[in-house]
Amino acid sequence: MENVIEVQNLVKKFGNFTAVDNISFEVHKGEIFGFLGANGAGKTTAMRMLCGLSYPTSGSGIVAGFDIRTQAEQVKRQIGYMSQRFSLYEDLTVLDNIELFGGIYGVSKREIAERSEQLLEKLQFTSEKNKRVKDLPQGWKQKLAFSVAVFHRPQIVFLDEPTGGVDPTTRRQFWEMILETAHNGITVFVTTHYMDEAEYCHRVSMMVDGHIEALDSPQNLKLKYHAASMGEVFDLIARGAKRSD
Amino acid sequence: MKEFIAFVKKEFLHIFRDVRTLLILIGMPVVLIMLFGFAISVEIRNVNVGILAPQHEVLIDRLANKIDASEYFTVAKWLTSDQEIDPLMKQGKVDVVLAFDNRFASRLYTKDGAQLGILVDASNPNIAASEAMYLMGIVQNYFQNNTQQQIKTGGLSTNVRMLYNPQLRSSYNFVPGIMGLILIIICALMTSVSIVREKETGTMEVLLVSPIKPIVIVFAKMIPYFVISCVVLLIIFVLSFTLLHVPMAGSLFWIVIISMLYVILALSIGLFISTIVDSQMVAALITAVVFMLPVLMLSGMLFPLESMPKFFQWISSIVPARWFIAAIRKLMIEGLAVQYVLKELAILAGMTLIILGVALKKFNDRLE
Amino acid sequence: MAAIQTNQLVKTFNAGKVSAVNGISLTVEAGELFGIIGPDGAGKTTLFRLLTTLLKPDSGSATIDGLDMVKDYKQIRSRVGYMPGRFSLYPDLTVIENLSFYASVFGTTIQQKYELIKDIYCRLEPFADRKAGKLSGGMKQKLALCCALIHAPSVLFLDEPTTGVDPSSRREFWDMLAKLKTHGITILVSTAYMDEASRCNRLAMMNNGRFIGIGTPQTIVNEFDKTLLAIRGDEMYRLLNDVRNIEGIEECYTFGDVHHIRLQKDTNLKMTDIEQILVHQYHHTNVKMEPCQPTMEDCFMNASKKER
Repeated sequence: MENVIEVQNLVKKFGNFTAVDNISFEVHKGEIFGFLGANGAGKTTAMRMLCGLSYPTSGSGIVAGFDIRTQAEQVKRQIGYMSQRFSLYEDLTVLDNIELFGGIYGVSKREIAERSEQLLEKLQFTSEKNKRVKDLPQGWKQKLAFSVAVFHRPQIVFLDEPTGGVDPTTRRQFWEMILETAHNGITVFVTTHYMDEAEYCHRVSMMVDGHIEALDSPQNLKLKYHAASMGEVFDLIARGAKRSD
Repeated sequence: MKEFIAFVKKEFLHIFRDVRTLLILIGMPVVLIMLFGFAISVEIRNVNVGILAPQHEVLIDRLANKIDASEYFTVAKWLTSDQEIDPLMKQGKVDVVLAFDNRFASRLYTKDGAQLGILVDASNPNIAASEAMYLMGIVQNYFQNNTQQQIKTGGLSTNVRMLYNPQLRSSYNFVPGIMGLILIIICALMTSVSIVREKETGTMEVLLVSPIKPIVIVFAKMIPYFVISCVVLLIIFVLSFTLLHVPMAGSLFWIVIISMLYVILALSIGLFISTIVDSQMVAALITAVVFMLPVLMLSGMLFPLESMPKFFQWISSIVPARWFIAAIRKLMIEGLAVQYVLKELAILAGMTLIILGVALKKFNDRLE
Repeated sequence: MAAIQTNQLVKTFNAGKVSAVNGISLTVEAGELFGIIGPDGAGKTTLFRLLTTLLKPDSGSATIDGLDMVKDYKQIRSRVGYMPGRFSLYPDLTVIENLSFYASVFGTTIQQKYELIKDIYCRLEPFADRKAGKLSGGMKQKLALCCALIHAPSVLFLDEPTTGVDPSSRREFWDMLAKLKTHGITILVSTAYMDEASRCNRLAMMNNGRFIGIGTPQTIVNEFDKTLLAIRGDEMYRLLNDVRNIEGIEECYTFGDVHHIRLQKDTNLKMTDIEQILVHQYHHTNVKMEPCQPTMEDCFMNASKKER
């Protein structure tokens, strides 16, 4: 199977504190990979290194065929990114946002026009394209943010707790879009601390105190830990955690 | 009462937890006073003198030599018409011009006497005053000792004109302006931001649902900034008295009373702002644009009101700082009695009553 | 006497254009743990603000502890505890400073009411001198609960107390609420997490400002009157869209690693029919299907579909 992310012995230290402690894993092409862990387990730090935002203390990583240590700029070109905190400019219109992010990733003007029309049609947003983002319902914002993150057709899209504070109905619609994206061959790398969402992933890794404690498909993990849900699996694994913030 | 004390204690905790802001609040007056007090140097050296004399006369030549010989002055230019004065001064070629009458020497002995003008570039008022004084000294000394006969009739009349800063406002004239500015920042800005912050964090919701009365919340918010204002006032008074030698001529009691009134007014403005906005950013911006800018521009702190267009003079009359600064100037510097600031006092009191009233009425115990 | 009784409460914003609460009638008995579940924008927060007297209703009435929400709002305020959606703590004050401040706001002290908060507070005690802003989500939530409890209220309003908190802290939180009930405190709690609903005595499902179902968790699940199936296959995303095209299926949606299918009430469609269509018409492989028990989330989706 083709790998789009390969990580070996990745370590990140802040002074005496080891945020990410020697992690190794692969992510396959077209996979939905869940990157789970409690607050403060080191998820965000690890993800920042993969996105080329943070330089690892030691270890190596290949993302979309580029080295995260030496080719951070190329890595950034190949990925999409969305987080719960920042995703869209609320005071710009739907179309402005699409054009802006398309432009940032170097999509040509003609293609932006073409693709945004398709996108708006697919999301049934065409009539709302000149509305400001802040006037949209939460669920629409979420969908739009995700669409913008994959607008330039990246190889991998990183989602940092994309559904934090979002209600279940919206989350369901959101995951449907993720399924579709993966179906179209874009790899999805998602961090979350909602364990019910872990069930949607093809494989999940569980991070505890900076290292990866378990990595498998949700089904296998549930079998292995004799648990009925991923929530239980997480509780069993996280019980050993020492770190909490 | 216990609730109130607990509330005030909490407000002080907020302030002391944010040491940086506190240091800025207390450091600002010190820095501003130093800036206005010392950036303006009072030393005079190598002052360029221009001599405006329609004809060459021996008397004038000798006086010019005498001036040139002194350690402060250099005769830099001879002028023949007063139209030359302005360009030369603006280029900085001369700082002072000594202007003699036509046929100066002979007029000296006539019934009407002769006129001698001293024109000084007063954009730096302290220096201008010293320059005029020194030059006058030299001139008078010269005419007393060096003219053969005593001048009996008419004689010499010198007349000094300060150009570019006719009021000759010296550095300590800025003190009332600094007070007007800083008190607005501490009281209006900090109070509004601290109340709005509670709206942002959601704590205001819980406080409103508690049995505590809104008036308690309001006064507990005001007290810490009132105390800080008093400390800052004390610092300003001490610094301006010791460093800038502000006369403090009027009654200290009334200076303090008017300052307190202004502090309460500024606190009310802060409260008022906090009732109409929901974010700290907007609160800070509104205070800055609506209240601080006019203090700088329209209160007479930087630009004299008298030389402003009528429209701005009219606008400035609704800027509280204008009245405060006028009152403090009269009391502190001109040393006038309280009777002369009754108008300002009344206007400030009226403004306080109106704004505080509106703010208290608007401060709701519900969310709408 | 009912702890909370409302009658046709209505609240609109923007001069009547947006109706946030649209005719809510509700009775909560004393000592009950009553849940309100619904998505963002359902009107939960507005309902809570009405009941805590922060807002006045446009029409309708309500009593809290027998006191009128408009006339007696001052008395109500000394009897209720309120924890708004955002944990309302002072981030620059320490744990103990926050707590003692809220205690004195209500004219009491920590010592006087220690018995009530002891179980929750003992877990915070090691961090008593830490600033509230430096606490984890779970810790903040516990502190906020302590602050809302410090005056021993008779009715406690918790607006989405578990949003943004990790799963183990969420579970712990519900355990704490169960304990509080033994002190006789009436608790009204809102949540967007359907799985938390089963922890309530009774609950109401809320959508678009209305209640679309009310009852005990058991009765709500029992009232689900349609066939529910769980399906999985090799190509989950294609499966989802293809199932939706089949006649007789009311709704199909993702549900973790399976999709849930809700059949129309009067359809003759059988499981085997669906499998036939998927395998032969759409060429799906490894299709597995089984009937399944509805969860609260399935009930909510069913109820909100009905309402539309």
